This record gives sequence, C-alpha cells and structure tokens, in this order.
Amino acid sequence: MSQLSSSGLDVRTPLDRGTGQVGSSIVHGEFRDKVHGSLLYAADHYGPGMLHGKVVRSPFPSARIISIDTSEARALPGVIAVLVADDVPKNVMGEEASGLGLERIQTPVLAEDRVRYMGEPVALIAAEKPHIAEAAAELVDVDYEPMPGVYDPEDALAGNAPLIHDQGNVLSDWRIARGDVDSAMEDAHHVVEGTYKTQAVDHAYLEPEAGVGWIDVDGVVTLRVATQVIEHATEVAAILGLPHNRVRVASTYMGGAFGGKEDMTVEPFLALLVWETERAVRMVWSRQESLLARPKRHPFVMRYRTAANADGKVLAQDIDIVGDAGAYPYLSPRVLFAAAVTAVGPYRVDHVRIRARAVFTNHVPNSAFRGFGAMQVVFGYESQMDRIASASGLTREEVRLRNFLASGDPLPTGEPVPTVPAVAATMRRALDALKPQSPAENSKLARGRGFACNMQPYGRTVFFGDKASAWIGFEADGTVIVRAGVTDLGGGQAASLAQIAAEVLGVDTSRVIVHIGDTHLTPLTGGTFATRQLYMSGNAVLHTARDLRNQMAPVAARLLGVQTDDLEFAGDAVRTRTGGVELSTAEWVSACGAEEVATAHLGTFHGESGSFDSRTGQGRTFPDYTFGTHAIQIEVDTETGTIKVLDYVACHDVGRAINPLRVEGQIHGGVAQGLGYALSEEILTEDGVSHSALFADYLIPTALDLPDITPIVLEEEPGKGPFGARGIGEPTIAPVAAAVASALEDAVGIRPDRLPFTPERVLEAINSQSR
Amino acid sequence: MADQRISLTINQRDVSVVVEPNETLLQVLRDGLGHMDVKYGCGEGVCGTCTVLFDGEPVNSCLMLGVQASGHTVTTVRGLIDDPEGRALQARFLEEGAAQCGYCTPGIVLTAYHLVRENRRATREDLRAGLAGNLCRCTGYVNILDAIESHLGRSRSHTEASV
Ligand code: FES
Ligand code: FES
Repeated sequence: MSQLSSSGLDVRTPLDRGTGQVGSSIVHGEFRDKVHGSLLYAADHYGPGMLHGKVVRSPFPSARIISIDTSEARALPGVIAVLVADDVPKNVMGEEASGLGLERIQTPVLAEDRVRYMGEPVALIAAEKPHIAEAAAELVDVDYEPMPGVYDPEDALAGNAPLIHDQGNVLSDWRIARGDVDSAMEDAHHVVEGTYKTQAVDHAYLEPEAGVGWIDVDGVVTLRVATQVIEHATEVAAILGLPHNRVRVASTYMGGAFGGKEDMTVEPFLALLVWETERAVRMVWSRQESLLARPKRHPFVMRYRTAANADGKVLAQDIDIVGDAGAYPYLSPRVLFAAAVTAVGPYRVDHVRIRARAVFTNHVPNSAFRGFGAMQVVFGYESQMDRIASASGLTREEVRLRNFLASGDPLPTGEPVPTVPAVAATMRRALDALKPQSPAENSKLARGRGFACNMQPYGRTVFFGDKASAWIGFEADGTVIVRAGVTDLGGGQAASLAQIAAEVLGVDTSRVIVHIGDTHLTPLTGGTFATRQLYMSGNAVLHTARDLRNQMAPVAARLLGVQTDDLEFAGDAVRTRTGGVELSTAEWVSACGAEEVATAHLGTFHGESGSFDSRTGQGRTFPDYTFGTHAIQIEVDTETGTIKVLDYVACHDVGRAINPLRVEGQIHGGVAQGLGYALSEEILTEDGVSHSALFADYLIPTALDLPDITPIVLEEEPGKGPFGARGIGEPTIAPVAAAVASALEDAVGIRPDRLPFTPERVLEAINSQSR
Repeated sequence: MADQRISLTINQRDVSVVVEPNETLLQVLRDGLGHMDVKYGCGEGVCGTCTVLFDGEPVNSCLMLGVQASGHTVTTVRGLIDDPEGRALQARFLEEGAAQCGYCTPGIVLTAYHLVRENRRATREDLRAGLAGNLCRCTGYVNILDAIESHLGRSRSHTEASV
C-alpha cells in the first residue's frame, strides 16, 4: 500500500503496527445473535398493554381536504386516541436539506387542508389491538375534493402546470460550469447526444418501518426505532413543543435501510400518540404501506451532449438533469446536488455545463437511496463514453484510459480530485477476472460482455462541517467500552468500530463492547448515511482510542522501564518492542487507576470544511470518492427479450478493508440490488396512483435470478477513512445498470436508454433495430 | 366466532394460548407467545421472512391462521439451537458471513435446514431453487449458498482473494 502525505489523510502511524484486528474477517457478537434469531429488531420490543399505532393515509394523489370527522372512529371500543393536524403542537417536519440556503418548503406531519400524494398521512389512531386500529382507520371520515395533479417532472416545469407548492414546482436548480462549452462543442470532432431515463424503485428492505415509544421514568419521551439518524430526536421534540432533552431516540439494529430510514419514518407519529395517550405504543408499517407511501429512488431524465476530439479525448459535457422530487422536499436538493457534482464521472473534462433540477410532482416524495443521485448518472455518463468509443473507433477500454481522472485533476466544481483515483486499476482487474465468453447454445441466444466505471462520494459535503464523537473507556479487567451514536443498518457499522478500537488498544475484538445509537447515552456521531460512518465515526474512534492510549502510555512505559515509543499494544497486553517484559491490559488499567490517570476519553473528529458557491457552481464539495469498475457477461434471448447474467465481477478500490468479509458482503448486496434496478424493479404509477403496492407486484431478485457475484477488493490508494479506508456501502450499486447496458450493446447491438431493461423493452429495441 | 384456546408444540415445548379467530399464526407466535425470532416482512406469502417449520415442513406463517396450528408442531429458528445439525448449519452461516442485516436470516436458516435434510446431494442450482421463496435484500445470496454448500461438505472455489 502506498502512503499519501497530504494533510488530512490518515496514514498509519508507527504505533499501529497492526495487531491483526483491522483487516481480518472477524465475526462480531451481533452477527451470532442474528444467525441464532435472538437479535431484537424495532418491532420486537413488545410488551403487554402496549397500544398499536396506525397512520390514516390519503387515497388521493392530489386533493383538497374539506373536512375530517373522527367521531365514529373515536367511538369504536378499544380506540384510545385519534389525532388530526390540529392536534399536532407544531405541524412541520423536515429541514432545509441542501445546506446551501434554499427556501424552506414546509412538510406537514399530518396533512391540513390539502394532500399532495397518495399515502400522505392524514390522521393517527392508537388502539388496543391491531385490528381495532385498522377498523378505526376505515371509520375516519375525510371529505376530499380531488384537484388536478402533476405526474411527470417535465410537465411540472411547464408554465401552465398546476402548482404543487405556492413557491413553484422547482425545488432546487443547481448549476456547475467550467471552461467554454460552446466553443469546445464547435471545435470537436465528435459530438454524441443521449437522453436517459431512470425509474422509481423501492428500497425493499425486509424489515418494514417500525418502532415503539413510551414516556420513561424521567418523563422523557423515549422512542426505540429503526432509524439511520437518531438526531431526528430534536425535530420530534419541536413537533411536540418540548425542549430537546425531553425526547430520546434509541436506534435498533435495522433489518436493512439503504437510505430509506434516513428521513423520519414512524418517529413523529409514535411520539404524538405516546404523548397523547401517556401509554407505550408500537407502530409497525405494513409492507403495503411501505411500498405505497415511503420515499423511493428519484427517477431522472438526463440529457447529455458530449464532445470529443479525433483521438477520443472528451472535451466538453453539456448535461441537463431533471429529478422527480415527488410532493415534498425531503433530501431531494442534496440528491440532485450529488448528481450534478458527479455527472461527468471519473473522467477529466475541462469544459462542463451541468444543470440539475429537483422538481415537485404529486408522486410519493423521493429521497435517499444507496447511491444518492451519483448512481443514476452512471447510466448517463457511461453510455456516453461507449458512444464516444464507437464514434471514434476506439475500444471501450481505450476511450476510458484516455480520459480517466489522474491524481490532482480538477473536477467540474474546479476542486482537485481529493485522493489518487485508481479507476484504471479497477477496470483492468475487473476485465481480467471476467470469464472468457463461450458461444451460446443456439442462434436465438446472444452473448455479450460489458462493463462500467464509477465514482461515488463518501462523507457529507464539506460545507456541512461534519463531525462525530466517541467515548472509549477501559473496565478494570481490561475490557473496553465504546460509546458512539452511530446506527447500524446491518452493514456491521458497530462491529467495525470495535475492530478499530481493538486494533489501537491492543485487545482482542471480542473484548470490546460497542454501545450505539442513543441520543441520551452515546456521544453523537451524525447519522449513518452518505457512506460517511466509517470515515466519520471510524476516525472518531481511531483518534479517541489513540488519545486514550497516549494518555495511558506513560504509566506503562514507567513500569516497564522504557520510552513510550518502545511500547507495543497487542494480545491484551502492553509490552516492549524488544520483547521480554509485558503488562496485561488489566494490570495497565489498574496501574493508571493508582496514578489517577484517566482510563476513559471522549473525543471528536472534525471532517474537512470548505465552501461552495452555488452561483458559480465552483468550490469544495465531497471529502472523497470511491472508484470502481463492474464487468458483466450476459445472454439475451432474442425471442423473449430476457437477460440472463452469466458472470459478474465487481472491483472497487477500498483503500483499506477494515473487514474483508463485510466489504465483500457490501459488494454482493450492492450488485444484487443494482441488478434488480437494471433488469426488473420499477414502482409503477398512473396519475399518481400506485400499481406497485403489493410485494407480489414489486419483484426483487431471488436466489434464482442472480449469478455468483465475484468481488475484487483492491487496496490500492489510501482514502480518508481510518487506516486509509474508503467508504464502500454505496459505490457497489451504482455502475450495475450501465454495465448491463454496455453488455446489451455487445450482445445484440441495442442500447435502450430507459431503465429497467425488462424483456418487453429489450424485445422492442431488438425489433425496432431489425425493422 | 369466539376466541379459542389451542395447544401446540413449539421448539419441543407444549404450550397453550388463546387466539382470535382471524389472527395469523405469525401474530400468535410473535405477540401471543413471544417468539420474536419469527419476522414479519410482507404478510402476502412473498418474502419467506416469516418461515417456520410446521410439522417439519417450511411454511409462511403469515398465510396461516393461528387456530390451524392446534395440535401441530412448530419449529422456529431458536429451536434449531438444540439440534446438532441446526447448530452446525448456523455456524456455517456465521463463518461465511451469510447474514448481513439478519432480518431474513431466521427464515432462510429454517428453509436451508429443511433443504439439507431433504437432499444431502443438493447442487447449488437445487439450493437456489429451494431458496427462491426466501428473499434477502442484503447479500445477493452468494454467502448464503456458500454456507449451505459448506455444511454439505463442499466448498465453492472461493472468489478472488483480496490483494
Ligand atoms: S411475511 Fe410471510 S411471506 Fe412475507
Ligand atoms: S441479510 Fe438483510 S435481508 Fe438478508
């Protein structure tokens, strides 16, 4: 592994000799509980006498609310509370998400005079039994007057489109510009154009949204929920009109989240019902509710014009992206911002003009989903690169080699690429590992190979001034407690922290207990999203553990009669590098106690800061990126249009793999979800009415649909995470669709510009080509 | 119809519980009897998250009524801990990293247990077909299949090692 010395990069210090805790596929305790079925998820915290909460949702995508009559629902035996908008102390949720000063558009907790999407919450019920809550929901009598709606983001831009919010239908309009695009287009040898459309898809985590809540002995409204972001507690407090310290959120281990538990889910509703009834309440959303009403991935319409010279060198990119935000802001401004910043991909382009708008429609609000805007654009930029390759008579590899970002090259925002982009290495490794193509069994089957490269940010944009805290302390027996507010989506976020602390403090990972995700008991780290946790909390734990070790090291040095530099921390002991004498960790801890040296430490890691000028579209954005290449071999049935994946290789440069087994797991899962996106998944709606509200109608890949995905974990160029790690949660899903598109062209000479590549679409493209 | 008291055997223990006529077996197992290792994923019979062994056969407990279990035997994933084969299979799941979020895991372990007991020579393709009714959103099934194959005494030539 090469080492970088530029500031802010965390290279291994001499003390971190490597005790083997980091870099090995250690199995942590909660995984054992998962396999044994003993890990409790949000809906499992259930006790006698708990009430059941239920959300009453709008059956219309766009309507005025004339009146709401709750009397019959209240009269039903077993119903304890029915709440409507007027009962909510402060009926507003959601913050201005961009961090760049957009006008705030209010999202009500419960709809007041108007509903803007089908499934929007209108009323709340608490009842003694789930079926009573269901029945009461039916009895809430809402008089709706349907209104005209907007169901296509491009229609929403038309001058005469009905307004979804008084402020207009454009939520955010980001522009990034550099160089002189028009002259570069004129001078170019090749100009290729393409319009690419992507669809709405659901996270389809197996655990639907859930939580329980109660008023604890201290009078604090306490919520135990499946959430990526415990920091929403302050927002819940504001909704209830309570001081911030009166609402506590503790996150459970999640049965998958993928961004879908980043915005609040059950929290405000649960809290309102708890506050109203002064009883414990459980709220579990049904799968059908989740499919109907939870945020999805943004559908994009992407228009690309790409100019290249005769040698296939890209000169200019002119890109216009319209993203369907749905009915309320949620995180759309940020998603479209990420799309804009990454819209040209891992290539150097000196002349760029990028516009990315988030536009309101009467669809379910769209928000965060693994890949977060930087995913959709891969389909755009990689399709364009393939088109440049054909236009200039180069292979798809060669055209990329001529354009890849090199160390220090500027991004469209004018800032240099933050670390060394080893994208060429990932391309070589992925293509080398792809199985050679063997002939298909008959002439109706066509085989082809393809690949796609990508760059995916990790960490929040630097203008948020991100930070994360952690507390680490020794017990008298030498075991370690880590407290950090991180939430665990199932990706092993907590386990990684244990490994990092263990590595630095020289104890076995099994001797570290990590307490996570509790606003009142763990130092806050910020939510688990934007593939930021390893970078932020990982660094917080790394630095806190080092500070703790440094604060305790002189005691060991004195006892062992050496300098602190001569100490080694490994194997539950402190010893001298020269060998011989050693002190068990427990003895070390007790010696510190005797000398009144603290054996615990609270530390905060500050991410980079910087500013971005949204007028010029230039400045600092993401802390860093993860680069990768996916290669695929498919077989297309030219009579039915079905695509079978024969082989799949996914290579990412992760800088340093903290736990290789989990890194491979992230790759497997991202590719699987990406193949669903590329081949079959789509939330279908018609005039805002969902046709995909059953799991039977929304098919995610089964074991029969997927190949054995081959992950290649490169440790090429250090990133900004602990020990040089780069984030890996999101990058793995992003290039899949573009890789399939590239293989389709190789196999049957078509290039559908619309996702997903269903058999019908593939067949249609094959037929229109032969006509 | 009135509530009804039923007796059944769960994980080798005889229990008796009052069930409402329209309660699903899933609801009875979870909220009635506290078997929180049986999970809800869809209630439509699509995801297999709620799988239990019913007289030894895997079923979706969300599609059955609680009253139907009267006099029958139910095994949940917790019940496999007392079974040498079940325990061994769970150990393979752990080794191969076959659980990520773990939410699908109870259902998948039970289905896998049934598959390996039915057919010790099951091929990887057989296993894929056998698991098709259990969805997993996190793993792409690769490590799950590896774990079951390893339990059957085979190892798939493993993916390219890290460098
Ligand atoms: S919960 Fe029973 S099959 Fe999904
Ligand atoms: S491990 Fe998360 S759904 Fe399977």
